Order: sequence, then C-alpha cells, then structure tokens
Amino acid sequence: MSPTRTMLITGTRKGIGRHLAEYYVGRGYRVFGCSRGEPDEPLAGYEHFRTDVTDEAGVKELFRQLRARGDRLDVLINNAGIASMNHVLLTPMKTVERVFATNVFGTFLFCREAARLMSADRRGGRIVNFATVATPLRLEGEAIYAASKAAVESLTRIMAREFAPFGITVNAVGPTPVATDLIRSVPKEKIDALIARQAIRRMGELRDISNVIDFFLREESDFVTGQVVFLGGV
Amino acid sequence: MSETAEKARQSVLRAIDEYNGSEERTIPRSTEAVLLGPGGVVDSLGLVRFIVIVERCVEDDFEIAVSLTDEKALSERNSPFRSVGALVDYIAACLAPRP
Repeated sequence: MSPTRTMLITGTRKGIGRHLAEYYVGRGYRVFGCSRGEPDEPLAGYEHFRTDVTDEAGVKELFRQLRARGDRLDVLINNAGIASMNHVLLTPMKTVERVFATNVFGTFLFCREAARLMSADRRGGRIVNFATVATPLRLEGEAIYAASKAAVESLTRIMAREFAPFGITVNAVGPTPVATDLIRSVPKEKIDALIARQAIRRMGELRDISNVIDFFLREESDFVTGQVVFLGGV
Repeated sequence: MSETAEKARQSVLRAIDEYNGSEERTIPRSTEAVLLGPGGVVDSLGLVRFIVIVERCVEDDFEIAVSLTDEKALSERNSPFRSVGALVDYIAACLAPRP
C-alpha cells in the first residue's frame, strides 16, 4: 500500500483554498494549510498553521516544523492571493506592495521552501500555482492584480526548469471568476463583461479548478511542467 | 575552535555524507576541500543541492531556521562557498552568540 500523500495549501481559511482542503482530504490526502487566521470550521484530516505567506521567517518556521516532525511533502498548492480593483491613476502604492507581497513574494517563498523539502528525500513533488484570466484578458481596473499574476506565470515557467532536476513539476491554473469573497465587491456588469470574453460563457466553479489540479497531480503527468492552463477557453 | 564552530563543522560533515550518498562527484570530508572554482568538486547545480542539504543539517542541529544565501554571503569578496572550511567559518559566524 502506498503511503498517504501529503499536501500543503496556502490560503485555506475560506473560498477556493477551503474547498481544496476539503476536496483533497476527501481524496485521501493528508492536508496542511495556512492562513493569517484560524479556519472557521475544523476539518478531520487537515492541520492548520497560522502563517502569513509574506513573512519569510514564519514560512521558514512552518517548513522547519514539518520537517522536524518527519513530515514530507508531495504537493504544494499556492492558492493564497488577494485582488484589488482600481484605476491605475487611483491606486495607492501601499496597495501595489500588498498585492505583490501576497501573490508574488508569498508564492515565491512557498515554492522555494517546498522545493527544498521535496528534494530532501529525492522523491520530487508537484507544485501548482494560481494565475488568473485577468492577465491574458488585460482587464482594465485590474492592472496590479494581473501584473502580479503575470509574475506568477513567469515564476512558474522558470521554476519548472530549475526544479526539474529535482523531480519537481511546477504548473499553474488560471481560473475565471468564481463566486468567492475575492470578487464579492466586483460589480455584476463587470463580471458579465468578463464572462462574455470567455469561449465558454459561464462563471467558473470550484470543481473546474480542482479538475485542472487533479490533472497536474496525476502520476502520468510527470512530463507536464511549466504550463499555465486557463479555464473557460481564455 | 569555538563550540559553535565545531558544531557547524559537524553539521557540514553530515551534509557532505548525505550529499555523497546521492551524487557521482563526491566532496572530500575535509575543511581543505575546494568546492568552487579551480580544483572545485561541485558544479553549479551540485552546489545548489549541497547548500540546501547544509541548511537543513544546520537547522536540525541548531534548531533554528537559517538562510546561508543572503545578500551578504553572495556579495562577499571571498565567497563563503569556495571551500568546506570557508563554509564552516561562515556558518559559525552567522550563528555565533551576539554579545
């Protein structure tokens, strides 16, 4: 019998991250998660760390604890992300720093530390990052969010090459809008206009995201790396 | 040699053992061993692998999270990664108790 596979998901307090934690616990994974706060509901088979993804010392400490306990890591899902909709002319620098800190620096930190842990026993691993359709669609009002996710795409493609010798694949999923807190404040007409630019014109669902992640995690996908898969035909 | 330096040396030797157990090009268990440059025993990817293992061993032995590749290390005129001895000295300096 193969040992239980372990997964770390960032940003698991709510939304897509919480869904993924529940989904992969249900699929037999031992799931670790993190966010700045505690999750609203406990989940059997899931262990939560209170960690700010932008805090390097905190992130390193999380991985040190995992390793000190003898936990290995098969999968990292870099879900934690924040968005900010605003015209560039009205965007404060603080907002730019905050979005890049979470979306880019946080993704970088977790990829780096996860790859170190995954390479320790030479079994390799899988990393899945989060892109967005806002980047290829060049959405007005989302310049900073889209730019931060463009950086995640570049990180994904280059880390795929740097981590390949360690048996680690790095890919990204680019969701369309999904009904979560992230887009709660976005006006309906904006969402409708965005969906109208998709090949398949509907809101994304959580299963659409986990479906792409499932593909990246399949044993047979060990030759798939550096890819960014956008949903909805974008 | 200070207690910290000796502990750092033991961590690095343990890292060398682990590295040598999985790589074709091995690193001599000696502080004289040259890592990089003329006479060096590791290539660039090998050095990456070795530093990751060293950091892990140091973290285990000292029970703190460390990063040996900060800007200070990378900007020093004499790289702390040029030899096993230089690496031990660098780790000891990083971990020495502050007055």
